[in-house]
Amino acid sequence: MTIQEIQEEIIDEFDMFDDWMQKYDYLIELSKDLPAMDTKYRLDENLIKGCQSKVWLHAEKEDGKIIFHADSDAIITKGIVALLVRVLSGQSSEAIINTELDFIEAIGLKEHLSMTRSNGLLAMIKQMKFYALALQAK
Amino acid sequence: MAINIPHIRAQFPALHQEVNNKPLVYFDNGATSQKPQIVIDAINNYYAKENSNIHRGVHFLSQQATDKYENSREAVRRFINAKRTKEIIFTRGTTESINLVASCLSRSILKKGDEIIVSAIEHHSNIVPWQMACEQTGAKLKVIPVLDSGELDMAAYEDLLNNKTAIVAVNHISNALGTINPIKKMIAMAKKYNALTLIDGAQAIPHAKVNVQDLDCDFYCFSAHKMYGPTGVGVLFGKEDILNEIPPYHGGGEMIKEVKFEGSTYNELPFKFEGGTPNIAGVIGLEAAIRFMEEIGVDNIAAHEDELLQYATSKLIELGGIKFYGQAKEKAGLVSFLIEGVHPYDAGTVLDKLGIAIRTGHHCAQPVMDRFGIPGTMRASFAVYNTKEEVDTFIEGLKRVKLMFS
Repeated sequence: MTIQEIQEEIIDEFDMFDDWMQKYDYLIELSKDLPAMDTKYRLDENLIKGCQSKVWLHAEKEDGKIIFHADSDAIITKGIVALLVRVLSGQSSEAIINTELDFIEAIGLKEHLSMTRSNGLLAMIKQMKFYALALQAK
Repeated sequence: MAINIPHIRAQFPALHQEVNNKPLVYFDNGATSQKPQIVIDAINNYYAKENSNIHRGVHFLSQQATDKYENSREAVRRFINAKRTKEIIFTRGTTESINLVASCLSRSILKKGDEIIVSAIEHHSNIVPWQMACEQTGAKLKVIPVLDSGELDMAAYEDLLNNKTAIVAVNHISNALGTINPIKKMIAMAKKYNALTLIDGAQAIPHAKVNVQDLDCDFYCFSAHKMYGPTGVGVLFGKEDILNEIPPYHGGGEMIKEVKFEGSTYNELPFKFEGGTPNIAGVIGLEAAIRFMEEIGVDNIAAHEDELLQYATSKLIELGGIKFYGQAKEKAGLVSFLIEGVHPYDAGTVLDKLGIAIRTGHHCAQPVMDRFGIPGTMRASFAVYNTKEEVDTFIEGLKRVKLMFS
């Protein structure tokens, strides 16, 4: 699936929910589904620090595609991290670099990307694109 | 004297709004307080009818604005029982006040090998300026450790003090833990070594009566916005002798006597430290905030907040699964805690959906969080307008949080 197709799939999933509580319950479920990050990647050097919660990110190239491993110490952040990995992992560098990530706003979770939240998500998205760029040449 | 809370709440327009379709429960007063109508009106009125630059005009508006500005200075002097109005400097806030002292001391009294003592529970604004001062002068920073209770280790403080101690800078009440530090005693101990003392009173000024003559500190700093006043204005109290000894902070208009290219001379106190056009509206707003607090009575405010703190603490204990941070015998104004197994960011996000505003994170006190090995805490901080009913709503919210994240 393309990035855009995955984003649309996610937006459809979230459209089923009437209120914030259902959305967050779903995010909590998603956070549990995210495969546990290998301890060899859960290091300080892979840490994207936010004021409020931490995000770990590691990327590698496999068969021409970028694979992301990610984690967070806060569950809601982890749920959003799970969505980001679902959208961007396994895609090509070009696709990742050129993508517009609009699904987060579309599912009503834009507040988690705001500067004041400082939960590492904004920085993480930037970092995911940096990785894609850096691994492009390899 | 029991205070009339509904009557007080009615004076705060911001409290009567809905957030996420729920009535706002504002428990983030440690970050900033809401403003009573009297303060809002004072600022609006200034801009609508009284606006004029101060200290420099011969016309009516200028004189009127100057009078109001200087009246505010006298109100502050009286509020903290300073001896003279020239010891009251208006700044942008506590952070600027501390930076002013650190910078001016760096350019005069501080020298290489001097020691500056701060505590392990300081806000970043009472750490970083001193780190910068040490970088600039070659002085060394020493830290009073904190005990598990959130109280400072006074024995360790005693050990840290020596003839090299130039400055002791500590907070009056900790914004992260609520600890009321025994500052009068700490100031007396510092004096034995002729060290200067600076007190960060940002968190204390809304919760306790401050008497700088009784404390005998050299400097006391606070912000208007935490005590029902506007943002962008704060106070530095400094003893006259020391303020006269140190050089000015910002150069420019107002703080000079004579300007010639060969050299300029500086104005006398307090204007020496008030360069440029100040936040005149803010200073006038501060005076209204002082009147607001004095009318209710600072002791009455403190008693009400103490009652809330006891109530909230007991309800949290009853809820179960709560770990408290900061359980000093003497505490004020706030409760800092974690729900076992729940990240504060998750809890804060859900509480927000329920209209409840608390602060989560490190509260600009990262060293405190490192000391206790946690990413941050949940902090509910109270003001005079908060109620037990709001605490009940808060507890219900926490039950919801526990359910969602268990």
